[in-house]
Amino acid sequence: MATQSETVSVTRAPGARLPSRRLVNGERLWRALTWTLLLVGACVMLLPFLWLVTSSLKTELEVFQYPPKWIPNPPQFQNYIDAWTTKPLRHPGFGIYLKNTFFIVILNEIAILGSTSLCAYALARIDFPGKNFWFAVVLSTMMLPGVVLMIPTFVLYSRMGWVNTFLPLTVPHFFAASGGGAFFIFLLRQFFLTLPPELADAARVDGCSELGIYRRIMLPLAKPALATVAVFTFIWSWNDYMGPLLYLSKDPNKWTVALGLAMFRTFMWQRTRWDLLMAASTMMIVPIIVIFFLAQRYFIQGIVVTGLKG
Amino acid sequence: MRVETRWLGRLWPRTAKSRRAVTGYLFILPFILGFLLWFLLPALVAAWLTFFDWNMIQDPTFIGLENFRHIFRDRLFIQSLKATTYYTLGSVPVSLVMAFLIALLLNTKVPGMAVFRTIYYLPTIVPAVANAVLWNFVFSTEFGLMNALLRALGLPKVPWLQDPEWAMPALIIMSLWGLGYTVVIYLAGLQGIPEVLYEAAEVDGAGRWAKLRHVTIPLMSPVIFFNLIMGIIGSFQVFIAGYLITAGGPQNATLFYVLYTYRTGIQYFNMGYAAVLAWILFFIILGLTLLIFRYVGRLVYYEAL
Repeated sequence: MATQSETVSVTRAPGARLPSRRLVNGERLWRALTWTLLLVGACVMLLPFLWLVTSSLKTELEVFQYPPKWIPNPPQFQNYIDAWTTKPLRHPGFGIYLKNTFFIVILNEIAILGSTSLCAYALARIDFPGKNFWFAVVLSTMMLPGVVLMIPTFVLYSRMGWVNTFLPLTVPHFFAASGGGAFFIFLLRQFFLTLPPELADAARVDGCSELGIYRRIMLPLAKPALATVAVFTFIWSWNDYMGPLLYLSKDPNKWTVALGLAMFRTFMWQRTRWDLLMAASTMMIVPIIVIFFLAQRYFIQGIVVTGLKG
Repeated sequence: MRVETRWLGRLWPRTAKSRRAVTGYLFILPFILGFLLWFLLPALVAAWLTFFDWNMIQDPTFIGLENFRHIFRDRLFIQSLKATTYYTLGSVPVSLVMAFLIALLLNTKVPGMAVFRTIYYLPTIVPAVANAVLWNFVFSTEFGLMNALLRALGLPKVPWLQDPEWAMPALIIMSLWGLGYTVVIYLAGLQGIPEVLYEAAEVDGAGRWAKLRHVTIPLMSPVIFFNLIMGIIGSFQVFIAGYLITAGGPQNATLFYVLYTYRTGIQYFNMGYAAVLAWILFFIILGLTLLIFRYVGRLVYYEAL
């Protein structure tokens, strides 16, 4: 046995590099340092989350304790029910806000996936005059800061009587005309370009129309990229505050969750009820975190594609 | 169906080439309409508005360049520029450097790496409103987390959001919590650096520092440059933090540029002046980007392939 292990170690020795398990002392120290730094940083990143959740489970008195208590005893799960159900006069409460938000989110998913994938496919795989020009137009719309268009768009919507309706928050998406529209066209175009052109050529020879190629061949193959767009769309629509603030804030029956939470902060309760506000915030964050964990792969992919090659 | 196709057949071009052209334009038609109606039209309206005094109730009055002249007398305009610049200078460089260091740490093979990456990224997906509500409480002078931490270190209470001196640092600290996005972009860049280069550097006797200095940083410079530009563009457009947490106060210390534009237009219905403010922001961002390209861009190392 002893000789055997000896021979093994002898045969290993001439290898250019050490096997990864046997680290040199310096390397091991370096790794421990890296790990410790990462751990400290991670604790700092998690602290506000922890603060949010413990505060949401405190009684109103415990919230005002100083120095703060980290473990509420007993945890006030009632806060979540209270935050969900209390509503001022003539205000419908979070149930309706949630319904409105989902209505907007679902419409936007359909609108954005449809309009951006059509445009992206044409820009990637159909040869037509002016294609490069229109691709340049797509890219240039990403350069203009959204604020420049905020004022004139508000003016136009007011003239059209679209303020206090869901129209400003949904209709533009059917025309890929939202903050993220150009972004998504770009992302999907890059993806369509990675698919082998022979697939479409073969289908064309068989007499398949461009629409047929797009629908039956390209869309099924583009599922990962479409999932990325869908995840981003969900998160942007769910988190959007500026849009609802500009166009829905006058009519409480049309508020979204984001708008409801922002408004409740100021006038929901006679005094600032941090316990209930933290419970409401937690409820708004949880769906996003769930989506994030379910679709983490697509999410990171999307950032890398749009970020690095943008 | 049959009848429809026959009817369409007359309009449908004969040659494959023109057919492709028509199909292509049909595919991008939604985008073209969107571009014309939600981009070009508002941009033209915004340009037109700059010459008018209009409160959305009475008819707009043509006032020539009066809106532009007003800028030089507008104390709040200067204050909002100052506040936004302060915020940018405070948050962008720090978050660029910190995110780079974190990305370097995250680009190693230590146990639990996937968990660490998730934790650093998580804050960036928190909805801005929930984020504002949470940090408003974190910075609460009497019961907040931040002062509790200071107390644990034996430091006195800080009136974060009530003191004009402290409000902006508070919002900058809050912005640093969201540096995960920058980290992910750095990480993608780091993973694109070929291992061969490090091996070659090792053969030449390079240590950790030399590898970072002569391989990682030069190869990462396009990514650092990208993050710098995106960081500046983003921080010049910050709105929600100032609107929800501090309402621009105290004493206009956190009156961000976009918040001032929003107030001018949407709250005080001074549409012409708001349009001028929006255009100025556009040119500021454009100018800064060009300046950075001119003076920082030359430091960027692009691989000669």
